[in-house]
Amino acid sequence: METQTQTQTETKAKHQKMQHISGAEAVIQCLLAEGVDLLYGYPGGAIMPIYDELYKYQDQLQHVLVRHEQGATHAAQGYARVTGKVGVAMATSGPGATNLVTGIADAQIDSTPMVCITGQVGKHLLGSDAFQETDIVGISTPVTKWNYQVTEASEIPEVLAKAFYIARSGRPGPVLIDITKNAQFETFDFEYQKCTSIRSYKAVPDVDKKQLLDAVELINAAKKPMIIFGQGVILGEAEKEFKTFIEKTGIPSAWTILGLSALESKHPLNVGMVGMHGNYGPNKLTNECDVLIAIGMRFDDRVTGDLSRYAKQAKVVHFDIDPAEIDKNVKTDVAVLGNSKETLTKMLPLVHENSHESWLKEFRDYDAIEFDKVIKDELYPTKEGITMGEVLKEINQVTKGKAVIVSDVGQHQMVTCRYAEFNQTKSSITSGGLGTMGFALPAAIGAKMGAPEREVIAIIGDGGYQMTIQELGTIFQTKAAVKIVVLNNEFLGMVRQWQQLFFDKRYASTEMTNPDFVTIAKGYHIDGQRVTKRENLTSAIQEMIASKDSYFLEVCVEKENNVFPMIPTGASVSDIRLS
Amino acid sequence: MENQKSFTISVYTENNIGLLNRVSSIFLKRHINIESLTASQSEIEHVNRFVIVSTMTATQAEKIVKQLEKQIEVIRAYYHTDEETIYQETALFKVASDSLFDERQIQNIIKDSHANIVTVSREFFVIEKTGRRHETEQLYQDLKPYKLMQFVRSGRISVTKEPMNISEMLAAF
Repeated sequence: METQTQTQTETKAKHQKMQHISGAEAVIQCLLAEGVDLLYGYPGGAIMPIYDELYKYQDQLQHVLVRHEQGATHAAQGYARVTGKVGVAMATSGPGATNLVTGIADAQIDSTPMVCITGQVGKHLLGSDAFQETDIVGISTPVTKWNYQVTEASEIPEVLAKAFYIARSGRPGPVLIDITKNAQFETFDFEYQKCTSIRSYKAVPDVDKKQLLDAVELINAAKKPMIIFGQGVILGEAEKEFKTFIEKTGIPSAWTILGLSALESKHPLNVGMVGMHGNYGPNKLTNECDVLIAIGMRFDDRVTGDLSRYAKQAKVVHFDIDPAEIDKNVKTDVAVLGNSKETLTKMLPLVHENSHESWLKEFRDYDAIEFDKVIKDELYPTKEGITMGEVLKEINQVTKGKAVIVSDVGQHQMVTCRYAEFNQTKSSITSGGLGTMGFALPAAIGAKMGAPEREVIAIIGDGGYQMTIQELGTIFQTKAAVKIVVLNNEFLGMVRQWQQLFFDKRYASTEMTNPDFVTIAKGYHIDGQRVTKRENLTSAIQEMIASKDSYFLEVCVEKENNVFPMIPTGASVSDIRLS
Repeated sequence: MENQKSFTISVYTENNIGLLNRVSSIFLKRHINIESLTASQSEIEHVNRFVIVSTMTATQAEKIVKQLEKQIEVIRAYYHTDEETIYQETALFKVASDSLFDERQIQNIIKDSHANIVTVSREFFVIEKTGRRHETEQLYQDLKPYKLMQFVRSGRISVTKEPMNISEMLAAF
């Protein structure tokens, strides 16, 4: 009896002791309570107390040491995009914090849920221009969904709970929490409660029944309806509902770059990509459809081209979770706010079963023209040089659409998104809105860690690769089995293409003298090879995929190939060029 | 081209550090100048109200308000034309005391403008005038010749002619 009481007292005391913890330990406890088991970061002076706790909690929480803080954000993004969970990145104050900004801006424009935690100088030093002090809250304000500076340990649980709630709810986005060093050291009575609402923030707008019925009426009456879907379908986890919806209504469906992989590539109603380097049919027919149905997309200028000549003949129905997107770029006839899963589910019983065979055939006819004028030479070239497209074709042969493909920014990105095949959602990861060169290598690390059972292939140009090439060190240290394909044309290809087409071939600062990439990879003990001849391509790709470890493949492609089709800046979608 | 005109943008927010930066960054991003900005507590406890005056098109005003409302700690934002609001500005004029005695005209100016004398000392006196921009501007022009030591005008504050039931809207979140 005595022993039992003693044990109880001990447990109670232990319990109480456990609750009285430092701010730094509280940060770890909050992360664990939010289900975080992996984060990316880089230590430094102002965040050392938190790193000290990470050391103690390393069994429960894996910290991946990147080689530059930008890599931490992109890795967190890759992780978030492949899992649908919140990615976490951590950095110290000053340069550590400012190095996060590119990734934060990228996550903001591409709606990626991410929480960034930065250390800050002690509260008493704020504003004194202390060593590694920078106003990261001020700097990050325009590119965060929310940010906050914690100066007392007792604020940590509530603020971090809010951070995760805001990052993942509604239209997801990045949140930055800046924690002063004193707040990391201070101890307080810790208690964690998840955040489920904030009075000034309505995460998901209610679906307006009248708007929904108006949308249904337009859709049911349409003779030539066309859908453009974006990442909203993926973020709303509405892929199944979306597919059921299009199969019932028979509506041809095109995707924006971030909508890629929400619908399998070979689906008969998948009519390809819209936008600047999208497919011929959906761009042309945007200006011929009678009802344009936008689902979880935001009419980016790279999608619409000249707005004054965009879908003027069509009634526009816009489904989105973000009220600020309605009428921002394209004036809508009917706007339905809400989560894509909810709106599609509610609409499904109301829409008529239909098929639009002759209308769909118009897309297929344009496909045939595009194949003849563009795709044939890209995928089945007769000239000597290797094309980027045939690399993708060979990758498709081996992966059968099952891999996660992470692309960087530029010509290779457009080629990847045009030709890579997918039959699983959350499989195309790319920097869409911000166009961040250097995104792919770290993002692929995050993607591989988020989906270790899947093949993850990063496809990168020789320019973007060198912007974050240091993350090879992270791959080496963590043994993340990322497959890296560098499509090397010894140019900043997309800029060069524009210089050729619009600047009279004045190739200002676009030619690259590159190092021996294979040797660099070998320096990090990453096996690899360089392919310069077509006959070696298939076997090299097979060898790369067969590798259990990370693998580096450099493919020397034709130097001055261009990506077509193309809608020149300022032109209308119907002015899309095939050459 | 859509006409540009003056809009009063009212933003109800939580009372948090950094919100001014967040609110003003939305104007900055769109290259829209803020002509005046005042922040104060509102009719609801712990809720602040920004009143921002800016010249833009109605479409821009509508988009700005949506972007403002998108911010987590913004409760509600509105835009109104001048005709839809009742608005005032306050101006303070610091004038050397000797001119009050030497220049009898000043007394007439003060009387005619219905301005108030806030304080008088040996060295200076301070006149306050609340009204529309053209009224405070007129007084400024009138006093300018008489050793005007300091002049300051507040941003616009305004209330709407229509009711704005913020408390009910707050409950709806």
